[in-house]
Amino acid sequence: MNNYLLIPFLPLAAFLINILLGRNFLKEKAHWVSILAVAGSWVVAVMTLVDTMAGKTINQDLYSWIVSGNFKVSVGFLIDQLTVVMLIVVTTCSTLIHIYSVGYMHGDKGYYRFFAYLSLFTFCMLMLVMANNFLQLYFGWEGVGLCSYFLIGYYFDKKSASDAGKKAFIVNRFGDFGFGIGIFMIFLTFGTIYYEPVFAQAGGFANNTVNFLGYDVHLMTLIALLLFCGSVGKSAQMPLHVWLPDAMEGPTPVSALIHAATMVTAGVFLVARCSPIFSLSETALMVVALTGAITSLFAATIGLVQNDIKRIIAYSTISQLGYMFLACGVGAYSAGVFHLYTHAFFKALLFLCAGSVMHAMAGELNLQKMGGLKKYMPVTYLTMLLASLSIAGVPGFAGFFSKDEILWLAYSGPSPVGKLVWAIGTVVAFLTAFYSFRLIFLTFHGKFRGTHEQEHHLHESPKVMTIPLILLCVGAIASGWVGIPHLLGGGAHFTEFMKPVLGHPEGHGTHSEEWMVMAVSVIAGFSGIGLAALFYLVRTDIPVKLAAGLSGVHKLLFNKYYVDEFYSFLIVRPAIWTAKNILIGITDAKIIEAIVNGVPKAIGGFSQVIRKVQTGFLQHYATIMATGILIIIALMLLR
Amino acid sequence: MMEQVIMNKLGFPILSTLIFLPIAGAALLLLIPRAKESLAKWVGLLVSIAAFILSIPLFTNFDKSTHLMQFAERHAWIPSWNITYYLGLDGISVLFVLLSTLITILCVLISWNSIKTKVKEFYISILIMEGAMIGVFCSLDFMLFYLFWEAMLIPMYLLIGVWGGPNRIYAAVKFFLYTLVGSVLMLVGIIVLYFYAGRTFDILELMTKTYPYQMQFWLFWAFFAAFAVKVPMFPVHTWLPDAHTEAPTAGSVILAAVLIKMGAYGFLRFSLPLLPEASRAMTPVMLTLSVIAIIYGAVICLAQTDLKRLIAYSSVSHMGFVTLGIFALNLQGMEGGILQMINHGVVTGALFLSVGAIYDRTHTRQIADYGGVASVMPVYATAFMIFTLASIGLPATNGFIGEFLIILGGFTANQWAGVLAATGIIIGAGYMLWLYQRVFFMEVNQKVAGLNDIDAREIITLLPMVLLIFWIGVYPNAFLGFMHESVKHLLERVNSGSVHEMNMAKNIMELIK
Repeated sequence: MNNYLLIPFLPLAAFLINILLGRNFLKEKAHWVSILAVAGSWVVAVMTLVDTMAGKTINQDLYSWIVSGNFKVSVGFLIDQLTVVMLIVVTTCSTLIHIYSVGYMHGDKGYYRFFAYLSLFTFCMLMLVMANNFLQLYFGWEGVGLCSYFLIGYYFDKKSASDAGKKAFIVNRFGDFGFGIGIFMIFLTFGTIYYEPVFAQAGGFANNTVNFLGYDVHLMTLIALLLFCGSVGKSAQMPLHVWLPDAMEGPTPVSALIHAATMVTAGVFLVARCSPIFSLSETALMVVALTGAITSLFAATIGLVQNDIKRIIAYSTISQLGYMFLACGVGAYSAGVFHLYTHAFFKALLFLCAGSVMHAMAGELNLQKMGGLKKYMPVTYLTMLLASLSIAGVPGFAGFFSKDEILWLAYSGPSPVGKLVWAIGTVVAFLTAFYSFRLIFLTFHGKFRGTHEQEHHLHESPKVMTIPLILLCVGAIASGWVGIPHLLGGGAHFTEFMKPVLGHPEGHGTHSEEWMVMAVSVIAGFSGIGLAALFYLVRTDIPVKLAAGLSGVHKLLFNKYYVDEFYSFLIVRPAIWTAKNILIGITDAKIIEAIVNGVPKAIGGFSQVIRKVQTGFLQHYATIMATGILIIIALMLLR
Repeated sequence: MMEQVIMNKLGFPILSTLIFLPIAGAALLLLIPRAKESLAKWVGLLVSIAAFILSIPLFTNFDKSTHLMQFAERHAWIPSWNITYYLGLDGISVLFVLLSTLITILCVLISWNSIKTKVKEFYISILIMEGAMIGVFCSLDFMLFYLFWEAMLIPMYLLIGVWGGPNRIYAAVKFFLYTLVGSVLMLVGIIVLYFYAGRTFDILELMTKTYPYQMQFWLFWAFFAAFAVKVPMFPVHTWLPDAHTEAPTAGSVILAAVLIKMGAYGFLRFSLPLLPEASRAMTPVMLTLSVIAIIYGAVICLAQTDLKRLIAYSSVSHMGFVTLGIFALNLQGMEGGILQMINHGVVTGALFLSVGAIYDRTHTRQIADYGGVASVMPVYATAFMIFTLASIGLPATNGFIGEFLIILGGFTANQWAGVLAATGIIIGAGYMLWLYQRVFFMEVNQKVAGLNDIDAREIITLLPMVLLIFWIGVYPNAFLGFMHESVKHLLERVNSGSVHEMNMAKNIMELIK
């Protein structure tokens, strides 16, 4: 049975129906098509999960896509343990966010369009994770990027929104540039771009070097790093992270689905999927681990001082994605995917709660204008609090188990940078707890700081929004329970399940060391929460003084280390300047055109002929001129 | 020794019909009184539709298992000079005939209301253009080819010069001179070949001979003059922005979709098989020029303020991909190059059709005069978005398949060429999305407020392009399948024979000696 084909193609059908019929026929009922489709996908995904747990995997081509000589690629599907986890994450989050959107987008003039894009996104994301070859992965990869572009720029009449969409697309193209060349290198090395033969043969190339652009480099390091370029773009890692905070211009459900739970984790998925390649290169793994660690620290520090509720969560996402790369980089792929899976729930929940707050505050995003909302919106408050406890790594919550697994494997694993990234990860755990609770306290506790009019409007969101919050909250708490470590009496089922695809990472350490790592991260989490409570509940004067006292640092963080300004100065403006002043102004106008217009002039009076075309001399002159020269050459050749 | 060909077995001389039906249609138009404008339009439309329908057997009855010329027709024409009327198609040329017949219909449709002066003459020009274009792709006799090649020049010159924008005379003359100078050089090359090969213009027969490397070298550059101008390759591209900008919509569409393909077609049909050793030796130059065109054309788009000029410069960049693929001299590159010629015809043709549709409403080409069009014209905005995405090579659109194969081929031939060409894709996304943002997003500009969305006629004009974009993007094998045998055969020919290093200085010195 090819039931699994329904998983991607139901949302595709919903997209086509909505985009063709939505504007004139479905209108405010457009959500039904999309919700039914994605819920159908979810049901089939769960069935597929059951099959996979029974040990059944699928690797099948649907039809031949491109054939050119020895280059052959199909649209085909691979469903193994890694795929099925992604299927569950994508369809679950997508379904709940679809339902939430019914309330959030209610009354919007582009209602059908919104649901059409959500369906298209779900289709592309599913094609991405279900691919059995690199080119189809690339198709899904660009497809989700496109949907992200559409949805970030959903309110396209706003300049900032359309700027942000464009920025996301173009920044991602920089990463995809490397990714694409990586695919070429894979084809030239293996003669195929299907996962199965590529991964099977990768070991045979472990010690090969290759000449790349004149340099001799280690082949597997090169391929791994080129692929990683794509991950850096899609998962918003340094130095290509700049698009994700701006992506918050999109409607909040989009931020939850695309820019937290699913699309941005595609980069982590790629590294995990290609683990047979990455594992052959210590250098590449080290780059992945350090990129992840540095990004997670960098983004967390920015998150400390931002005031925009969605941007804080966006920086938090960048930081947590860094965590996942950190895990992959120390060889703990399954821990990275485990964090991907728990993160999807609590981060989607955080965004949807933020959306619920915005809904109540009539679109207000500034934390400084909120406060005391807990009594107006108890469900939102409670679910957001639980999500924050999860991200802060409080024991028992989902985030605790995945974070602990990463830190332990970093500490105990064979990676040469393991101890370093463990230390960074622990600091980040502290910062994460701090900024997450800064957000909670400033939003829900204390006194309301907005206008009277806003205060009058405060209300809990409708059921269609709060029920998805509650369901996601279950995930934010319980999703980690499938991966309770042996140390705490669990079975580490998640790692076991992933073993056939991602291998089993080896940690070398004693039980007491394992307890120590866990204790340190829990202490880091609690002290972050405690410090946030002190700053924003008890001594609210401290942060103000601190910001004034360290105004240089504060300004640097508040302005996000000026990375955007740096790129604008280094790339964007020089490119346009060159085009205007050199290419158009000098090369085209002064050099080429001068020759083109100058040759006839030099021959004599040709410019006058140009003005009197109708005399018919034109053809005459040109013919004589050119034939004359050429006959001479021809005669010489024929001698 | 003669190459084998497969004579036409369709029961009617399909290629001659396709060439002369439009020309007969043009003659018929001559008889129509000047005042009966709508009758002239309908004749133009029906003739172009008839030609398209008659061209369908080329798609359905083409034998994909051979590289031989098919649907061939051969008659003596000027026996004293051994010139024959010799037509045939292979996997390299067949798709371009189909593209030409389709594009002509769309050009007639898009001009329906926008051409208001000399209506009859306009459609005559379009139909003659169609006949000449098809003739170019079908000719297997070099003289016949040259005849059609030059014949195209006249209706295009008139289209720009008569129905063009304010600066049309300058643009038309520039177009004419540029291409004529190139063509004349080619003519000399043809004559040299004629004498050397024992007085024959038969292209297939010429291909069976081998020529001394010195001669190949000079002929390569003589042909280059003609073909590079048409493509247009850097640095002989400056006629294109002017011609495109000033031409009426139909003129821009024909230029972009078919006319500039003839340069690349010329390389494939003549330079490579006739001059294989020179072609191989010149690869470094050709790859360099291609990469320069890709990046140069793309960067220059960033600073354009005129809609049509931007799309014209983007053609320089996209055609750089085509020549890169061809001169990668491997299967992926060349098939990608040929497919990209079709793709570029579809996508850039569609972009010019779209620009024409909105120009008819606003009469401005300045990007700054637009803004917020997506709010006023949602259907139009959707179509334009699809064309934009195809232009920047998004997977599942045709642009992706072509660019991917080209860069793969280019990368295989020369890593630097592949890597540098890939940067063109980043810049491409930059200028196209920025263009889209400035025209369609943000607040509604007063100048476009209240415009009507595209009507049924315009939707019918754009729809075939949308369908082709996804058809080629999702199932490219339907089109790549035509090429495999012919491209394989061509590559075998190019890659046989002795190797010559590229040493231009030496070649020139030897000539002087």
